[in-house]
Amino acid sequence: MEAAHKLILEPGRATKNYWRDLFHYRELFLILAWRDVIVRYKQTAAGLAWAVLQPLMSILILTVIFGQVAGLKSEGNVPYAIMVCAAMLPWQFFANALSLASQSVVNNANLISKIYFPRMIVPASSTVVSLVDFLVACSILAALMLWYHFWPTWRLLALPALVVLAIAAALGPGLIVTALTVRYRDFRMLIPFVVQFGLYVCPVAYSSSVMHEKIVGKLGQAPGDRCFLLYSLNPMVGVIDGFRWAILGGSRAFYWPAFVMSLVLTAALLCFGIYYFRKTERAFADII
Amino acid sequence: MRTSSDPMSDPVIRVDNLAKQYVLGTGASSDGLRHVIQNFATAPMRWFKNPSSGPDPGAPDGREPGNGSRNPRGAFWALKDVSFEVGQGEVLGIIGRNGAGKSTLLKILSRITEPTEGRVEITGRVASLLEVGTGFHPELTGQENVFLNGAILGMSRGEIKKKFDEIVAFAEVEKFLDTPVKRYSSGMYVRLAFAVAAHLEPDILIVDEVLAVGDAQFQKKCMEKMDQVAKLGRTILLVTHQLGVAAKMCNRCLLFNKGTLRMNGPPAAVINEYYASSESHPEESDSRRQHGFLKSAVTTDPTGRPKNTFRHDELITVHFSLRSSKLQSGMFLGVSVKDYLERRVFSDQVRLEPQSAADDTQECVFTIPRLFLAPGSYGFLLVIHTPRARVHEIHEMASRFKVVDGGSSLAEFEGTDYGCVQSPGLWKGA
Repeated sequence: MEAAHKLILEPGRATKNYWRDLFHYRELFLILAWRDVIVRYKQTAAGLAWAVLQPLMSILILTVIFGQVAGLKSEGNVPYAIMVCAAMLPWQFFANALSLASQSVVNNANLISKIYFPRMIVPASSTVVSLVDFLVACSILAALMLWYHFWPTWRLLALPALVVLAIAAALGPGLIVTALTVRYRDFRMLIPFVVQFGLYVCPVAYSSSVMHEKIVGKLGQAPGDRCFLLYSLNPMVGVIDGFRWAILGGSRAFYWPAFVMSLVLTAALLCFGIYYFRKTERAFADII
Repeated sequence: MRTSSDPMSDPVIRVDNLAKQYVLGTGASSDGLRHVIQNFATAPMRWFKNPSSGPDPGAPDGREPGNGSRNPRGAFWALKDVSFEVGQGEVLGIIGRNGAGKSTLLKILSRITEPTEGRVEITGRVASLLEVGTGFHPELTGQENVFLNGAILGMSRGEIKKKFDEIVAFAEVEKFLDTPVKRYSSGMYVRLAFAVAAHLEPDILIVDEVLAVGDAQFQKKCMEKMDQVAKLGRTILLVTHQLGVAAKMCNRCLLFNKGTLRMNGPPAAVINEYYASSESHPEESDSRRQHGFLKSAVTTDPTGRPKNTFRHDELITVHFSLRSSKLQSGMFLGVSVKDYLERRVFSDQVRLEPQSAADDTQECVFTIPRLFLAPGSYGFLLVIHTPRARVHEIHEMASRFKVVDGGSSLAEFEGTDYGCVQSPGLWKGA
């Protein structure tokens, strides 16, 4: 079929058919993703239940500490646990995707140094693992909603689009960190740290509108808004707010400038991530 | 397929002035993030001093920016100025000692790393086999690994499904398909891995040293499979240290030495050159355990004049000089003559009686009869040993020499491999 398929290798030559190549290797992508999913819970007694247990414990603890002990306000009359859950799911996805992606290329060093394929497949397939975990963990949300008799609105239909946004938000930094980890293993130390911090920096345990009110209360309306906009540079703020808007429904006031800001930054990070990854991936085999 | 031109005349691989440079001592181990930050922080200063060099943000490739030389410290060329072509259906052997650049070449051809200079053109689907069982996951079952490994080597799911039974039969692991491969014996593991690779159907197959695994029987099976693949008209590039394999399978060989292509020609000639070139680097010879027993071994004519090319009907004399002070009674000098594929032609040994000598030298002479060795190149395997007790010293392929045809009955076949000894048999009635 490809009788005249010709390949030219030259230094610095941008692979003209990169995206076509990527498509050509889709089977490898799927099979690597499948491998990672299968292997993740091999020889564990609880198996896939771990994907539920981890976020469930986090939700419980954060609800008790922030909702009960600290007495922070939820959004409208939404149960605090559901509010935390709506944020914990995308956050956990992001955190998992980032840590798994950053390790993925190094963990697959044997493949990288022996076989050619578009390297982007590796972090991408590890993101699929996080996505599977995320989908399984969604059952927590369903269970909580049933428990509290909390019914979603039509806004829930926006969820798939928001999941795509979450994937983009995770993949951008993921690609950058992956490429950096290949050369500087320092990022292996850094990422768990970042993830730990991020849980508190991102509006997971509390509502961003509560945050917004508090900043405005301290600084006044205009500087407060500006300061909150700065806070929204964090792409996960947009994703989490989006999730809450879709899941919690009615009572929530949506602050559009912050969401757009997150959106722009997510897109910028994704573009830069792809650019940087492609620029460095050609040398992966030499430096890994 | 093109119809206007003969496909045989079109090379499927064309390599032009290929070069690959590696920078030693970089990477995270020695060139951590700290250096980059340091570089980055001091870059404006350097840029200020030497504006023409421009800011070099972070110097991520490990070069030292602004120190005048664009040639980074500790850089070396793993490949330099390599050009060759490979035609459709050729089986090309690539030989050379360790570090000659063979594996680097394969890595460039299989797109794992990119060249620093030069250009490669490849026509057709390439599969490269730089390792057996790349990507095998110990936790997955045999069956799952077949699909995983197949996909990694570039087979589609449909293709693997179609060949699945064949692969399993070849590997002889039918009973263990649902067992995780971490429970496999190493033999089973290698067999399964090779079986997947053996069922690849690319236009061009690139193989690195893969045949050096498994037991003798399995190796034979692999060789047969490779022969089959070659007979189907596929192009094969094969890196090997087993020169016998190269001589048997390939129709052309490349000899690499220190990153350059030293010779490109028929296997027998290239293998001879390989030995000739190792002769000129005695310090690199494969000798083990050299404790200075042997001072020299020199081939001469019967009058004692050194020479290393003999006619097939001449006597070949070897003078051995041994260090007499090291010899003890009961030691033997073992001598084997090996041909260019390091096949042993014959062996003999002599008991060494230590004699004290003023210049610490003890001589012995060995003569190989005329009309015995067939034309070709040979070398000596020399072993100084105490039988059934200890080997004191080994010299591999020492003192190489050549036997040329001075007009034998098979003179017209000189250069082809028709055996190592001449026949003393007699014909009648022909």
